[in-house]
Amino acid sequence: MTTDPAATDPTVQADQTVPVDDAAPPAPSTDPAYAVTRGTASDNSPADPPTGLLEELRVVGQPIDGHVPTVHPRDAWTDRKLHYNLVNPSNRAKFKIIVVGTGLSGAGAAAALGELGYDVEVFSFHDVPRRAHSIAAQGGINAPRARKVDNDSIDRFVKDTVKGGDYRGREQDAYRLGEEGIRVIDHMQAIGASFAREYGGQLATRSFGGVQVSRTYYTRGQTGQQLELAAAQALARQVAAGTCKLHSRQEMLDLIVKDGRAQGIVVRDLITGKVRARTAHAVILCTGGYGNIYYKATLAKNSNATAIWRAYKRGAFFANPCFVQIHPTALPLMSQWQSKKTLMSESLRNDGRIWAPRQRDDDRDPADIPEDERYYFLEERYPAFGNLVPRDVASRNIRERIDAGYGVGPLKNAVYLDFKTGIERLGVKLIRERYSNLFHMYEELTGEDPYTRPMRIAPSVHFTMGGLWTDYDMMTSIPGLFVGGEAGWAYHGANRLGANSLLSGCVDGWFTLPYTVPNYLAGLLGKAPLDPADSAVAQTIADVEAGLDRLLQNNGSHGPDHFHEKLGAIMDRYASVSRDPEGLAKAIGLIRQLRQEFWRDVKVVGTGDRLNQELETAGRVADYLELAELLCVDALDRDESAGAHFRTDHEIDGEAKRNDEDWCFCSAWQYPGPAGKHIRNFETLTFRAVPLQQRNYK
Amino acid sequence: MRLILEIWRQDRPGADGRYETHEVVDATPEMSLLELLDRLNHQLVENNTDPVAFESDCREGICGTCGVDVNGVPHGPRDNVPACGQHVRDFKDGQTVRFEPFRSKAFPVLRDLIVDRTGLDRIIQAGGTIAVDAGTAPDAETVQVTHDDAERALDFAACIGCGACVSACPNGAAYLFTGSKLAHLALIPHGKQERAKRARAMVDQMEHEFGPCSQIGECALACPAEIPLSAIAVVNRERIRAGFKKGKAN
Repeated sequence: MTTDPAATDPTVQADQTVPVDDAAPPAPSTDPAYAVTRGTASDNSPADPPTGLLEELRVVGQPIDGHVPTVHPRDAWTDRKLHYNLVNPSNRAKFKIIVVGTGLSGAGAAAALGELGYDVEVFSFHDVPRRAHSIAAQGGINAPRARKVDNDSIDRFVKDTVKGGDYRGREQDAYRLGEEGIRVIDHMQAIGASFAREYGGQLATRSFGGVQVSRTYYTRGQTGQQLELAAAQALARQVAAGTCKLHSRQEMLDLIVKDGRAQGIVVRDLITGKVRARTAHAVILCTGGYGNIYYKATLAKNSNATAIWRAYKRGAFFANPCFVQIHPTALPLMSQWQSKKTLMSESLRNDGRIWAPRQRDDDRDPADIPEDERYYFLEERYPAFGNLVPRDVASRNIRERIDAGYGVGPLKNAVYLDFKTGIERLGVKLIRERYSNLFHMYEELTGEDPYTRPMRIAPSVHFTMGGLWTDYDMMTSIPGLFVGGEAGWAYHGANRLGANSLLSGCVDGWFTLPYTVPNYLAGLLGKAPLDPADSAVAQTIADVEAGLDRLLQNNGSHGPDHFHEKLGAIMDRYASVSRDPEGLAKAIGLIRQLRQEFWRDVKVVGTGDRLNQELETAGRVADYLELAELLCVDALDRDESAGAHFRTDHEIDGEAKRNDEDWCFCSAWQYPGPAGKHIRNFETLTFRAVPLQQRNYK
Repeated sequence: MRLILEIWRQDRPGADGRYETHEVVDATPEMSLLELLDRLNHQLVENNTDPVAFESDCREGICGTCGVDVNGVPHGPRDNVPACGQHVRDFKDGQTVRFEPFRSKAFPVLRDLIVDRTGLDRIIQAGGTIAVDAGTAPDAETVQVTHDDAERALDFAACIGCGACVSACPNGAAYLFTGSKLAHLALIPHGKQERAKRARAMVDQMEHEFGPCSQIGECALACPAEIPLSAIAVVNRERIRAGFKKGKAN
């Protein structure tokens, strides 16, 4: 078996050195980070990570307690629920809870807490709850209901999830996810999600993402849509009942912390521009992931990191920001103005063969490239799995080919996914049955016919495993601030399994937060929410207004998108499918430089007293420019490979090489203030049910 | 490609609006119409002019956020495709493309091409829901649904809530939207318990804000989710059925 790419392709070796980024403007010599970076880049010893820089950037903080039950992970949730405090039904309306975001976790949490009788206020920047990005998920939702005789079980679900995540998530949380996942299907079905049915009338399942059992429930290619609509409807029922108040087109711009507790939020009305505060006993953030930091990803245009980032700057720890999942088969950018990368289901790799020309910069039409000049690199490099290697392996290999100059398409940024062999073997009819909707979508978007011409695909960011750190009770390091869904961190470790994200959104919202939040509230009985006239409220509003004014009055020469695009280029290059210390060090320097450039030169056209999408974008990009640095610092700090975090200096036969001895923990970053070093706290992870084991797909 | 863009501009809700003409000289056939607007906005921002406000989110046809009238047609020239999937390649070099907000009294303009579509959400709040609390549902396997019913329910449940049907209708009716939800929930077991009550409430709310059905069928041609035209008949069927039920819930 050939494992070394260089052995199968003589040209690989010539491409080993990372080319210098000519496009990047020269750094101002006053930037200390950049000076250090340059010093490191000139160091010719790749085995020696720039530890000097790391020491300048971060300090190691404290061990932190995840408040994980000490019983066997299998019994953790039962045990914990038994010890939770409850709130008497007659007292529930006295508690005000703010929920931000209306995706699966937000709409679910709001509706469930409303059903229980709490006074819930829901905030969303969308016009209506149903737009939240959960709606775009295609594949399905896992649930270890184990009805078939294929030997599924909660234990097996946990094993798949923990191993898939390369042992960087919490085992106990995975158990809770599996356990509650069982009734999630019952509930979502009951409130309107019409799951696919077998001819006998029973729920249909399929297998997904390398799992050997069939536990994925689905509704065509629109599972996320059906779940999201059901959740949004359930929220609408509570809005009609008066238990949930809906505040749409309101963007959360800050968190109000008083006496060490999260007690409210500051929002901007996107229509009138008015900034106001809302106080409450607890705040739940269900505001999604930060993948759009890469500029063009598969995420919706408005998905952003602002809510979680501002909470971070108020003291919530940020867990594992460098764990970003990159999907191998998205549509590449084909022109400058293409607004995003669209996901093409990974099922296509079942019958499609991935290849790139053997000749560099090959401009020929794919039909004119003879068979012996096509390099089926996954098949040659991974004979056992071929085109079906896991997502991260496929992404890395595709990216290697593109970076080495073998990319195809107008921007030379893709490889081919070819169905010629599949059609010859199975016939057009069967291929059409299997993939017609995807082929149709591809043709709609590109104007090309994948039946006769190979698809062009490229890796794209589409999910972030990192997020705000929470304890087992889904509470952040700020008491009273809770997190649900992709905005959090705990289940997926360093790599998320397909169809586990819809599950975690639903479980967090419907069946976890409604237990954990009341446990916190019970201790506040008799206390009113923070007085809106409190100085902490006024101060937070003033901070937000100052931030908006700063952007509006900056009078630079480029809109915020200009800087976002540059940031995306840096992130794509240095913090993507594979990372190395030198590249990350360089990225940090470039990000700092870009941040300075942003504040020197950004302009926000228009005013703040009305709908202003440039102002919205500018605030989000300003946050990305800070989060991007933390992401790279985390990637530089985590001196191992794990799941999607692939460090070229830690590999074994081209696979991620974990270091369980030194790195079996969650990095929980703490905001040091505007000038201090990043503080990395850590929660040690222990594995009792699924023993530590190295992943290997060769 | 060079395209002339004629665009509705309106600063605030209730303010007077006007058409503005702009030119994009470097449009390319593979651009979507929203990307064409992105390109224009980039140009406007570089020239210190307010960009055109328009809505979009997923840009792959599922979220229902985008929605503009293009040369008088909701979403654009191709039937059953959302604005994010409409492309410049369907226009000719030098052609004028007119962008306007969705047209309906029920969708007041908030700014430029952005309208307020929460009226549709109020129809859902009125009754497009199922009264089952978290944790109380029976095992989904004990509830039999035939394959065909599940598929038929999905045909109607696919509505993305964009409001193109309302804009397409000369009467500004929301029959296709309302009918799709009534049909979806009437076809699934848990939805049947409140079927009559739901029909009364949703139809009342719909008539309160939206116009009567024109019976012409433009709505189904504009619909990016390809909701069957039969959904408009479902509204009347469910309303009449509810009338016979005389105040009963199901």
